[in-house]
Amino acid sequence: MTGPQRDQGTPGWPRRRITHRRLTAGWQNATRPAGLREHYDRYGPLPPDRQQCPQALVDAVAAARLTGRGGAGFPTATKMRAVAERRGPAVLVANGVESEPASRKDQALLSRAPHLVLDGALLAARAVGADVIHVCLDQTRDQQAGIMLRAISERQRAGLGGVAMLAHGLPSRYVASEETAMIRWLNGGEAIPTTVPPRPFERGVGGRPTLVDNVETLAHVALIARYGPDWFGQVGDAGTPGTMLITVSGAVGYPGVYEIGAGSRLGDVLALCGGNGEDGAVLIGGYFGTWHATRDVACLPLSAPGLRDAGASPGAGVISALPAGRCGLAEAARILGFLAGQGARQCGPCMFGLPAVASDFAQLADGRPDGDVLKRLHRRLGAIGGRGACRHPDGAVRMAASALAAFAPDASAHAAGHPCVEAR
Amino acid sequence: MRQRLRWDPIACTGHGLCADLLPECIELDEWGYPVILGDVPPGLARHARRAVRACPALALRLQQADGDHGGRA
Repeated sequence: MTGPQRDQGTPGWPRRRITHRRLTAGWQNATRPAGLREHYDRYGPLPPDRQQCPQALVDAVAAARLTGRGGAGFPTATKMRAVAERRGPAVLVANGVESEPASRKDQALLSRAPHLVLDGALLAARAVGADVIHVCLDQTRDQQAGIMLRAISERQRAGLGGVAMLAHGLPSRYVASEETAMIRWLNGGEAIPTTVPPRPFERGVGGRPTLVDNVETLAHVALIARYGPDWFGQVGDAGTPGTMLITVSGAVGYPGVYEIGAGSRLGDVLALCGGNGEDGAVLIGGYFGTWHATRDVACLPLSAPGLRDAGASPGAGVISALPAGRCGLAEAARILGFLAGQGARQCGPCMFGLPAVASDFAQLADGRPDGDVLKRLHRRLGAIGGRGACRHPDGAVRMAASALAAFAPDASAHAAGHPCVEAR
Repeated sequence: MRQRLRWDPIACTGHGLCADLLPECIELDEWGYPVILGDVPPGLARHARRAVRACPALALRLQQADGDHGGRA
């Protein structure tokens, strides 16, 4: 019960050890995705079938207090139980679409350890009574589809399974990875969200109860099945046990995907990645995240409970540091413009509201306001959240509002027609 | 028993009849889409049912208020 093969740590990294190699065991020297043999060398064998009582896995995931790693952070065992309790055969959807532009962690995981994701998917499928697994990917990532298809056929040749596994390439758009959008697409529709209820656990793919989990979440399930909840909780903090994959980008020396103990201090994470101190600002949680002055959040734990009081969330483990000399409002305007164009064009407040606030924000960023742009922005940002079928408008307005707060002096100057030099 | 308005934002196309018929509980945002102001008091139940029936997009429903999150469908 020692977990997957250990590395010796990397010399010269900061005072606190925050990186761990669990999901990322053996990735250092990996030049290609692990085949089955290498997979078992890295992570150890799956527990024998007789120990895989469905209920036992759900109980282990509950005891491990694993939370979803796709962004929402919902307790995984609760979702599993909701599906397991429904009548009739269920469906499992492994979400590897990773449509968040600032995130790379699912792509890193799928390209190096596809079998770990499939192990977790298989175990979770058995636990909830699912007889088919749909692995959802982004259709523009050809290489990823090839890796997944090869892994699935390797498992078939090895006689692993009993559960059908299918890989799918979904259209590349921001809302395609929302769970109801994936289900709608798998049911033959467009990859855009639907109205809930019914929720996926009630009526999902083919009208059947459907468990949707992020691929990293499933990879953690595969390790919890092997090594147990106690091992899982040896890392992480009390609120969020285990490790998490994060993607760090922007003004850091070593951008990339890291595996850290959940709840590691944000300042330590930035130091690990070669960040330049506590000046400047960070976007935590990706395009649906929130902007903060780095010094305000450097000592906070990177976990949902740890960031809650600051009004932030790790989302899918995405951290972007604003480069020195860049205007945060200009960056927020760019992201908001992207998000406004990525909606499903279904719900009025999102379809008309987001382009309106994106236009306001662009005026503000340019320092060429039309009327009282700040007042208008605050009014409009308050009128959109919670009024779409999915959370797309909520995430966009939260990001925008947090930029106005984090860059408040800049916002006043821009609104008065004095933009930052960089933004002109 | 108080009743709760449920609005389906995908089905809604912003005709705005609901806000005309039930201004006490529904107003329109600047783009013409309804904002639910709160539960329907018993005295307005008849007007609420009329607003639901009048919606050309069948985007409005009434259900018993049960402490669940309000507003959206």
